[in-house]
Amino acid sequence: MIAKSGAPLLRIASVVKRFGGVTAVDDLSLDIAAGEFFALLGPSGCGKTTLLRMLAGFETPDAGAIHLDGQDIAHVMPHERPVNMMFQNYALFPHLSVEGNISFGLKRAGLPKDEIASRVAEMIALVRLEGLQTRRPDQLSGGQRQRVALARSLARRPQVLLLDEPLGALDKKLRESTQSELMELQRRLGMTFIIVTHDQEAMTVADRIGVMDKGRLVQVAPPRELYEAPNSRWVAGFVGDINLIEGRVTAIHRDLDRVVVTTSQAGVTVAARTQVVSTGDAVCLAIRPEKITLTAGDEAAGAGGTNSFAGVLTDINYIGGLSMYRVRLDSGAMLKVARANARRTGDRFASGQRVSLSFAPEDVVVLDR
Amino acid sequence: MSGRRIFTRPARLAAIAPYLWMALFFLVPFGFVLKIALSQTAIAQPPYVPVFDLTAGWSAFKTALSALSFDNFKLLASDDLYILSYLRSLVVALVSTAILLAIGYPAAYGMSRLPQRWQPVAMMLVIVPFWTSFLIRIYSWINVLQHDGLLNKTLLALGIIDKPLAWLATDSAMYLGIVYSYFPFMILPLYATLSKLDDTLLEAAADLGCSRLKAFWLVTFPLSLPGVGAGVLLCFIPIVGEFVIPDLLAGSDRMMIGQTLWLEFFTNKDWPVASAIAVVLLVVLLLPLLVYEKLQRRHLEARG
Repeated sequence: MIAKSGAPLLRIASVVKRFGGVTAVDDLSLDIAAGEFFALLGPSGCGKTTLLRMLAGFETPDAGAIHLDGQDIAHVMPHERPVNMMFQNYALFPHLSVEGNISFGLKRAGLPKDEIASRVAEMIALVRLEGLQTRRPDQLSGGQRQRVALARSLARRPQVLLLDEPLGALDKKLRESTQSELMELQRRLGMTFIIVTHDQEAMTVADRIGVMDKGRLVQVAPPRELYEAPNSRWVAGFVGDINLIEGRVTAIHRDLDRVVVTTSQAGVTVAARTQVVSTGDAVCLAIRPEKITLTAGDEAAGAGGTNSFAGVLTDINYIGGLSMYRVRLDSGAMLKVARANARRTGDRFASGQRVSLSFAPEDVVVLDR
Repeated sequence: MSGRRIFTRPARLAAIAPYLWMALFFLVPFGFVLKIALSQTAIAQPPYVPVFDLTAGWSAFKTALSALSFDNFKLLASDDLYILSYLRSLVVALVSTAILLAIGYPAAYGMSRLPQRWQPVAMMLVIVPFWTSFLIRIYSWINVLQHDGLLNKTLLALGIIDKPLAWLATDSAMYLGIVYSYFPFMILPLYATLSKLDDTLLEAAADLGCSRLKAFWLVTFPLSLPGVGAGVLLCFIPIVGEFVIPDLLAGSDRMMIGQTLWLEFFTNKDWPVASAIAVVLLVVLLLPLLVYEKLQRRHLEARG
C-alpha cells in the first residue's frame, strides 16, 4: 500500500525531543505514505509514544520538522491539525453519551446539524454500536468503549489517524477480532493509520513496521521482512522468538554461495547473500525456532549433513498448535525448536531423549551488529 | 441460620449504627424542639406549657396533648420581623455563596494545575488559618476594620481616602467575614474534583478541535459540577443559619434568622417561638438538600 509516486503524506525530518536530560526522540526521520498502515513498535520508554504525541501536537519537537501534506505542522496547535488520535485509555468524556462523544469533534468543526447527525449514524454503523447511542461510557464494556473511541477519532475524517496502544486494554480474544476489524476498516476507508504498540500485535495489521529503541528507528520494514530479515541482534531478539549464536567467519565459498562460520558448535554453513562479510569477522547467527527440523535419535547428525547437530531434549513446552522444544547440543549450547503438532497422537518426543537438529543455510540470518 | 443472610452480626451492627446515631442525636432532640414549638410560653420553669408528665397518667397526657397548637407557626407567618429575617438570611447566603464560588473556583482550579509538589503547600495555606479559633479570627477582623484599624490606616497612608471610612457594622464587613470564614468549605470539594480530573480528557478535547477555553467549558466545568454542588451546599446551608458573623460585623438594623432566634430565646425568653423558628429553618434548609440529593441520584443512575 505504499504510494509509488509523489511526496509522502507525512514526512518526519530529523525530529528531536528531550525531556530534561533525557532524549526521548533522537534525530528521527521517517516518511509515511497516504493510505499506509504504519506501526511503531518498541519497548516501553523507547520514545514511540512521544513521537505519536508530537504528531498529534501534544508535544513540540525541540528540532526538526513534521510535514503533513507538504506543510510543516510541528508547531501547529493540536486542535488545528487534520490529525486525530485514539487514546490508550480511550479518554471518553464520561459526562457525554456515546452519541455525544462521537459528535463532539463534529460540533467543534462547525458542521451543519443534519450533516453531524448523518455522520454520527454512519460512525455508529461502522463500529457496530447500534442501540447504544444514549449510553454513557461507564455503562459500556471495554470492547464497546474501544469502539466509541475509534468512532470518535474517525468521525472528523482525519488525514492521519493515530492509535496509541489501541488494543492494550482488551483481552486476547477481543484483541484478535478487533485487530482484523481495524485492518479491514483501514483498507475500506483508505485512511492513513499510525499505530503505537509494544506488542507483536502490529505484525498482523501493519503494512510497515518501524522498530524503535532509545529514541531511534532501528529498522523500518514490512512485517515479513522484519521477521525473516532483522537487521540487528536487537530487532531479531525483540520481534518474535529466535536463537542467537555468536561466531567468527572462517571460510567463504563464493562459488557455492556459502559462508562457513565457526562457533562453539563447530562449523555452521550459512547462505552468503544476506550480509557482506569477510573472513575473520565476528558475527551473530540468528535462526528462528520454527526453521529448525527436529528428528528423534542422533543418527541423522552422525551422518554428517550440512548444519546437522546432535543433542538432548531438555524440556517441552506444549502451546497447542505448536510445541516449543529446548535442546542442549553436545557442544553445550541451548537451542529452541518450534514444531507444529500436526497429529493428535504419535511421534511424540520425551525430555531426556537424544535428538538431531538441522536447518537450511538459507534460513540463517547473519548479523554483524 | 440460612444462606440468605448476607451480613454477619458485627457487619449488621455497623450498618445500623448511623441510623442509631441519627435517631439518638437528631430525631430525639428534634422531637423535643418540635414539642416546644407547639407549646405556649409561660412564666415557669421550664418556660412553656404544657409539660408532659408521664407519671401523671393517661388522661393528663391527653390533656397536655390537646393543649399543643400551631399558634407559634401562625405568628411566624404573620409577623414581618420573622419573614424579613428569613429572607435576609437566604439573600445573604445566596450572595455569599455566589461570591465564594466566584473566588473559590478559580482558586481551586489554579491549585489543581500547580506542579504536584506545590499542591500540598497550597492546601496547607488554605487550611492553616483554621487552626486558630473561629471567634478569634472574627475579632481580628473587627480590629482590622474598625475606625482606626489596619485597613483605614493603610488606605489613608496610600492616599486613597482622606478620612477614615466606616467599615464595621456594614454588610460589606459581614460578607467579608463570611467569605473569609467559609472559603475552605468551598475550595476543598472543588479542589478534590478538579484534581481528580483526567488530563487526557483535555488532550482528547484539544484533539477533537477545542481551544483551551472551549475545552474548559465543555469538559472541565461539567465534570466539576459535583464539586460545585458539594461546595455550594457546604457553604449555603450553614450561612443561612449564621449567627456570630452578622452579629459581630454587620449593622444591627437588619437581622438574619439566627440573630432573631437568639433574640427570642435569650432576650425574650420565648422558647416556643424560638423553637418554631428553628423548625421552619430546618424545613427551609431541607429543600436545597433534597434538590441536591435528587440531582446526585440522577447522576449516579446515569452512571449505572
